[in-house]
Amino acid sequence: MSAPQSKTGPLEYRTQTGQMNILGFWIFLGAEMALFATLFATYAVLFGRTANGPTPGELFEPGTALTMTFLLLTSSFTCGLAIHSMRNGSLKSLLTWLIVTLILGLSFLGFEIYEFAHYAGEGATLQASAYWSGFFVLAGTHGLHVTLGIGWAIMLLIQLAQRGLTPTTGTKVFIISLYWHFLDVVWIFIFTGVYLIGMVM
Amino acid sequence: MKLDEFFVTGEPLIYGGMVAIALVTSAIIFLLTYFKKWGWLWREWLTTVDHKKIGIMYILSALAMLFRGGADALMMRVQLAFPDMNFLDAQHYDEIFTTHGTVMIIFMAMPFLIGLMNIIVPLQIGARDFAFPYVNAMSFWAFFFGAMLFNVSFVIGGSPDAGWTSYTPLAGAAMSPGPGENFYLLGLQLSGIGTLATGINLMVTILKMRAPGMKMFKMPIFSWSTLVTSFIIVFAFPILTVALALLTIDRIFGSQFFTLTGEGLPMMWANLFWLWGHPEVYIVVLPAFGIFSEVIATFARKQLFGYTAMVWSMVIIAGLSFLVWVHHFFTMGAGSFVNSVFSVSTMLIAVPTGVKIFNWLATLYKSKIRITVPMMWALAFIPSFVIGGVTGVMLGMAAADFQFHNSYFLVAHFHYVLIAGTVFASFAGLIYWYPKIFGHKMNERIGKYAFWFFVIGFHVCFFPLYFAGLDGMPRRVFTIIPEWMPLNVIATVGAFGMGIGFAIFVYNVYYSYRHSKRETTGDAWGDGRTLEWATPIPIPHYNFATLPHIDQHDAFMAMKKKGETTFDEAKVEPIHMPSNSGRPFLMMAILAFASFALVFEWITLAIIGLIGTLIFMGLRSFDYDEGYHIETDEIKKYEQSARRL
Repeated sequence: MSAPQSKTGPLEYRTQTGQMNILGFWIFLGAEMALFATLFATYAVLFGRTANGPTPGELFEPGTALTMTFLLLTSSFTCGLAIHSMRNGSLKSLLTWLIVTLILGLSFLGFEIYEFAHYAGEGATLQASAYWSGFFVLAGTHGLHVTLGIGWAIMLLIQLAQRGLTPTTGTKVFIISLYWHFLDVVWIFIFTGVYLIGMVM
Repeated sequence: MKLDEFFVTGEPLIYGGMVAIALVTSAIIFLLTYFKKWGWLWREWLTTVDHKKIGIMYILSALAMLFRGGADALMMRVQLAFPDMNFLDAQHYDEIFTTHGTVMIIFMAMPFLIGLMNIIVPLQIGARDFAFPYVNAMSFWAFFFGAMLFNVSFVIGGSPDAGWTSYTPLAGAAMSPGPGENFYLLGLQLSGIGTLATGINLMVTILKMRAPGMKMFKMPIFSWSTLVTSFIIVFAFPILTVALALLTIDRIFGSQFFTLTGEGLPMMWANLFWLWGHPEVYIVVLPAFGIFSEVIATFARKQLFGYTAMVWSMVIIAGLSFLVWVHHFFTMGAGSFVNSVFSVSTMLIAVPTGVKIFNWLATLYKSKIRITVPMMWALAFIPSFVIGGVTGVMLGMAAADFQFHNSYFLVAHFHYVLIAGTVFASFAGLIYWYPKIFGHKMNERIGKYAFWFFVIGFHVCFFPLYFAGLDGMPRRVFTIIPEWMPLNVIATVGAFGMGIGFAIFVYNVYYSYRHSKRETTGDAWGDGRTLEWATPIPIPHYNFATLPHIDQHDAFMAMKKKGETTFDEAKVEPIHMPSNSGRPFLMMAILAFASFALVFEWITLAIIGLIGTLIFMGLRSFDYDEGYHIETDEIKKYEQSARRL
């Protein structure tokens, strides 16, 4: 990297480009927060408007939702371990933890696809009622984010294998970890706001 | 799909439009080929990541859109002055007021201001470019293709016709079948991506790339207005993204968000739309305030009065802008308590806005005012905007709004704030910075003709409409009763006055290009106060060779006193620059193709386009191009010749 570079401090913050990319991504996450807040608000407004169709209380399964939560929360933890390895300068352990994170993310997605298919089979489709439109778009937007994150992380794995740990790749890994933790936070709100409340109402 | 369903048929005006589009397109292709300019177009413009060139492209596109939106406006005014002539039928009139509103807000006002921000903000804060030049190019092409997608609707598929607010259930699939509304949804979605990215880009640029010593509260006021605007963009545009996406899913995939079936809630659209829409009003007016502040300070030849109050009032306006959205639909039945809360928050906005008005007046007070064309626009803004603002407070009183709602009183109000605010500022800003951008001033004499035609035309057009509204004339009608005729005829005369003013302005661009004296120094007006005036002319690619330590407002004023320039030969170092790339253009062209396919609900093609876009994002991820350096010799050579040392 030709831009001015410091030799100390966390790897991802050593170049000015790195610092700006990270700040830019934080601001982007602010925008994402506004996006999910709007989806949550829409879901809350449409809550209960099931138009004589299936209700969430009939369909939500505590087991599935809880498993998905554990998978995603654990993946957030392993993602943290990946960043910890990066700070220690260990490429191998970084790659390992990233791959573990990805496997957990993929399993989460598998459960979500199963869950969506199951609901659709019971007559709760996107078109069934306003409530289910709100549910599928909120949970689906989160799922789409996870999917894109997995594709993105795979590209980073290839770049890490090709180039090793540099301030540039370090910044990229740090940014995707921010993204991953953010998706985890959103999921916590989905788990409580959508699944837990949906099951008791 | 048959060809006569794909193209719009049966309307002579639209056939004329098709012929015009075909002629202009072939003329452009012919000229580019004849003068062998294709390579130049690709190398210098389509692949550029230079903030100055991107800004110029924004402004050119915005002027084209101003022409299109203005033509829509004149057609509506002709119809309302001669309602029995059957110039436009009801359907065509509906389409035109829809495209007029959308084009003017989304594709004229915002890009014009973003274009000025693009060029000026990095220069004002002493930066070499944006924080993310590649993203900046992507933003521009997202806006450009979004605008093209929206504009092509009037010859292909049919224009949207549910108003620029696109209220459901009218805009839903049941009542507006066909591609028209889809054009609205996807055109806005595409350009919205660009706006959001620009907001993030400008925030990082301003927070991280200011000149050494330039603290936040030493920053020029236009840059401050840009920072505050970016903040609004970042938190308001995702709401629009969601609203548009939900309605798109409703229309194309049959979900039930805003439908009358399946317990959908059509009124939720109005809430989501205005949760974005009201902050949007401030997105287009805060930069205008910033421009007027710069112009007034320069030509009053005084430091801006109450700088800190100016900044804080903008911050307060930005905060309040998210808390007033319900005032757009007091009559929808939210109940008196909710209406009262939003009535009070609406009127509160008048306070910080009033602070700004008095600060401008105080800047002018006892100053030696230099009357130039940009200053005339700024001086015309203050009283005109106050009229718009005061009638806004009238509309903000919920009880009274039940009378004003959806009448021409409202139409007159928002044209008073948007034209006197945003459009006057666009002209003021462009003429003020014109010599900086193009190396010569716009002719002052012709500029004054354009000014007087436009400003007098504006008042003649919109002032009578307040009274038409009080007489009960509703908005969005294509025919009127005889009592409203006189006022409408006057308004139409005024509208053509504005049209003549705009035509003179465009002629002035050509005239000045041919005849204006070329500038030799960067400080074209001689009274420049802020850092953008410190660069030589034409602005070097890298903007600043060196920067002095900046420790006060009006950095360039201080530099002039101390005899400093942005070229200190001893301190010149190689400057790191980003490389050009054609990928932003191609990626957004492909995304526009996907959007176009989705408009016609050709799902397979849309998916192919989306995959293409993702591939381009992947290519960017694997792109480790680190740009290049401009060497010190080259910088010294340029600065010495430009500064005639």
